[in-house]
Amino acid sequence: MALDTVAIASQSPEAAQPWRELGLKEDEYARIKEILGRRPTASELAMYSVMWSEHCSYKSSKVHLKQFGEKAPHSDALLVGIGENAGVVDIGQGYAVTFKIESHNHPSFVEPYQGAATGVGGIVRDILTMGARPIAIMDPLRFGLADAADTRRVLPGIVAGVGGYGNCLGLPNIGGEIVFDETYAGNPLVNALCVGVMRHEDIKLATAHGTGNLVVLFGAKTGGDGIGGVSVLASETFATGKAAKRPSVQVGDPFAEKVLIECSLEIFAEDLVIGIQDLGGAGLSCATSELASAGSGGMSIQLEKVPLRDPSLSPEEILMSESQERMCAIIEPSKLARFMKICKKWDVTATVIGEVTEGKHLEITFNGELIVDVPPRTVAHDGPVYNRPIAKPAYLESLTPTSLPALDSAATIKSELLALISSPNIADKSWVTDQYDRYVQGNSVLAQPEDSGMVRIDEQTHLGVAISTDANARWSYLDPYNGAKLALLESCRNIATTGAKPLAVTNCLNFGSPEDPGVMWQFSETVRGLADICLEMGLPVTGGNVSFYNQTGSVAILPTPVIGVLGVIQDVRTRTKMGIPAAGLQLIQLGNTSDNFSGSEWAHLHGQLGDHAPTPDIAMETRLVQLLLEAQPLFESAHDLSDGGLAAALTETTLRNNIGATVGLPGELIPGGVAAALFAETPGRVLVSVAPANVAALEALATKFEISCHTLGSSGGDALVINDASITLTELRAAHTETFPRLFG
Amino acid sequence: MRIGVVTFPGSLDDSSALRAIRIAGGTPVPLFHASDDLKEVEAVVLPGGFSYGDYLRCGAISRFAPIMSSIIIAAEHGFPVLGICNGFQILCESHLLPGALTRNQGLHFVCTDQALTVENNSTLWTAGYTKGQRLVIPIKNGEGSFQASAETLAELESEGRVVLRYADKNPNGSKNDIAGITNARGNVVGVMPHPEQAIESLTGPSEDGLTFFTSVLHSLVGR
Repeated sequence: MALDTVAIASQSPEAAQPWRELGLKEDEYARIKEILGRRPTASELAMYSVMWSEHCSYKSSKVHLKQFGEKAPHSDALLVGIGENAGVVDIGQGYAVTFKIESHNHPSFVEPYQGAATGVGGIVRDILTMGARPIAIMDPLRFGLADAADTRRVLPGIVAGVGGYGNCLGLPNIGGEIVFDETYAGNPLVNALCVGVMRHEDIKLATAHGTGNLVVLFGAKTGGDGIGGVSVLASETFATGKAAKRPSVQVGDPFAEKVLIECSLEIFAEDLVIGIQDLGGAGLSCATSELASAGSGGMSIQLEKVPLRDPSLSPEEILMSESQERMCAIIEPSKLARFMKICKKWDVTATVIGEVTEGKHLEITFNGELIVDVPPRTVAHDGPVYNRPIAKPAYLESLTPTSLPALDSAATIKSELLALISSPNIADKSWVTDQYDRYVQGNSVLAQPEDSGMVRIDEQTHLGVAISTDANARWSYLDPYNGAKLALLESCRNIATTGAKPLAVTNCLNFGSPEDPGVMWQFSETVRGLADICLEMGLPVTGGNVSFYNQTGSVAILPTPVIGVLGVIQDVRTRTKMGIPAAGLQLIQLGNTSDNFSGSEWAHLHGQLGDHAPTPDIAMETRLVQLLLEAQPLFESAHDLSDGGLAAALTETTLRNNIGATVGLPGELIPGGVAAALFAETPGRVLVSVAPANVAALEALATKFEISCHTLGSSGGDALVINDASITLTELRAAHTETFPRLFG
Repeated sequence: MRIGVVTFPGSLDDSSALRAIRIAGGTPVPLFHASDDLKEVEAVVLPGGFSYGDYLRCGAISRFAPIMSSIIIAAEHGFPVLGICNGFQILCESHLLPGALTRNQGLHFVCTDQALTVENNSTLWTAGYTKGQRLVIPIKNGEGSFQASAETLAELESEGRVVLRYADKNPNGSKNDIAGITNARGNVVGVMPHPEQAIESLTGPSEDGLTFFTSVLHSLVGR
């Protein structure tokens, strides 16, 4: 096919173009023609199509996401906010931490291993791009029912991909989630979080300024993989009868990324770059247009200089390729020689492909022919904005309350507990997490299944950070506004339970099709809830990601806002672990239980959903966090009560160090009886173990913070004894640990 | 006492090995694969990782690095070398140690706190342990299954050259539960578990790994 140049485009306004196949809508194509005053060239059309995709442009979510700006709390900690590759927060002692969570859902369904692997690779490059050394990753994953055939195809591949890529990069994987629900069949969620650390003065931004400065592409060569990944793959629902989308999935090379990390950090250390951007979704189209529009606007690129893995690629394909492990830097000509020397040391290919120019246009030539001539802002930021119709979904009118069995005998307590803790959502996940390296770098203070992952930042001062990711999608389904708030509160509680103070928030909002008014309502309520609670709690949102079109046919996934909270701990040596460490300790529940099973795992086990999510009590949760931090020296162990309620918490805290417990639950004194005490997932509760001598001190602090404090029993023995039901730890362990090997081993 | 740690492209546990040497009381010296200069170190650690991505046989490319030619010559003259995980694989590829590390029996990468017993405390790297001592040290690898011919295994066993053995449970199908071996002279040791990740109880399952590093320091002082 002949090269479609700007000159040709100007002379052939009516030439037919494949805008529809590239995922553009008719009015969007018209808008491009209006911006340019002519039809776009094939290369321009390629750029607009990927950059205006839902994935890159946030066109359906923008009108809602602006609340994060409007309701942003004042925060001294925020150094770089939403809009850059990742937000950056000040954690003191001159350290800055950057963290972000992103989705790689659609590619991971099409090609589980590579989809998950490149999801890790992409978020790690986002963190690296800020100038930070990546120090840990986490992977919240969601799948269809555990015993479904497709889950057996998707889960092992995704887990192997996360491990295969992350392990090879040398990043400890310190947490995440694994959740099963039938709505994720056909739409598994692969969210990846990365955290990185740098000194304040080392923060880098994605900007291109200074006429005559060079645009350098470095890292892997460009191939034909991932073309249209953000548009035809991530921004549409799956339908049968269409061509295979596997070529739209990128292929990862973790070794290339590891070398790229070391090379980039050495380049940063010598302060050789003006601006830097990684090549992820939308590849060069994104990197060039974003760098240029964040600078003065002018940039010229000679596209034929891009090193290719496949020499037959057309200019459009080069612009759209999402080949991994590539970075784009803006550097001063005087620093080029040193830059190239470092790249050579690490065997990283680096090529000057253009320069910053005086004008306001991004001009791309191919063998001397002008094929792109656009104002870069129109590509990167002035995409379409949709105010999509919103309607409260009808399902909310037909919810029914739960009706669950009474726990009226030792036998039913035992059988219900064993059934719950062996169910896939509550069962031990080490079959998965043992495939991830949690030790590398030697700074992992806590890793899964602990309440939060914790990493030491400074060996001399013992400063560290903690991270937790949480979502309760069933609560979000029942009440998306409060569901988002509850997820954030749970995440904060997980951070405080380990002894760290919540500092900042990131999020990954996974939803069905934005073209469905019901889904859009779930989304708008979620964003509103999240923005409100961040303002109320004084926690800045540092960035996030929206993934729409997680829908097969008319069935959308449960609304799944995954919330990540970053916390700071001044001395990691004081952290609290979840496992009961010794016999003879008092087991105390902080917080009250209420009689609501809606959205709980126990109700799910009985095929029920219920009718209402709990109402978040932000004031109480804030006091609980304060109590957890102040009483921290008194705790021998602490574990948040969430999925699976007290039953799951007792199982996990006893099995961790193989120390039993005896607890008495006075059913007649608790609303909802023993069943609620064990299985309700009432938020705002934590199970702690305390030396008998410290109980009075804890009770005094609990009184001060107005948090109720219930002594449940004590630790010791080789069984978990609840009222008159006794389960040996051997029995408990078998039930808890055998599920995953049986399903996937 | 200067102890070097080699960084190959794709090495991952080099920083942890440097830290372990420092905590043990030595002077850690970073070495780079592309130079044959050992910078006057008195012992060297080949750290864990995925050198060259392990896209070929693990360690097969690193074995040809310029630094390895210096290390191979020195090792033949009694220079202390410890290979951990990928480093063990490189030592096997270099023929400084016999046998090979193959894909784990279960075909998965395995990261777990592994119980081990010390079988040989006469090497430069294990002299500080007692024979039969039980350790808990992380393993984290995809290709850690030690394989060798029946003849080689018999030789390793009869000469007491098995340094560490998996206890309680063999995680990967290694022959004779072998987790680490030494050469005949006892200066070159290869282990699949990661002693550099069991230095501080804060970040590891134990402090059982530290003795690898203090052992070699004491051995060198005693020379």
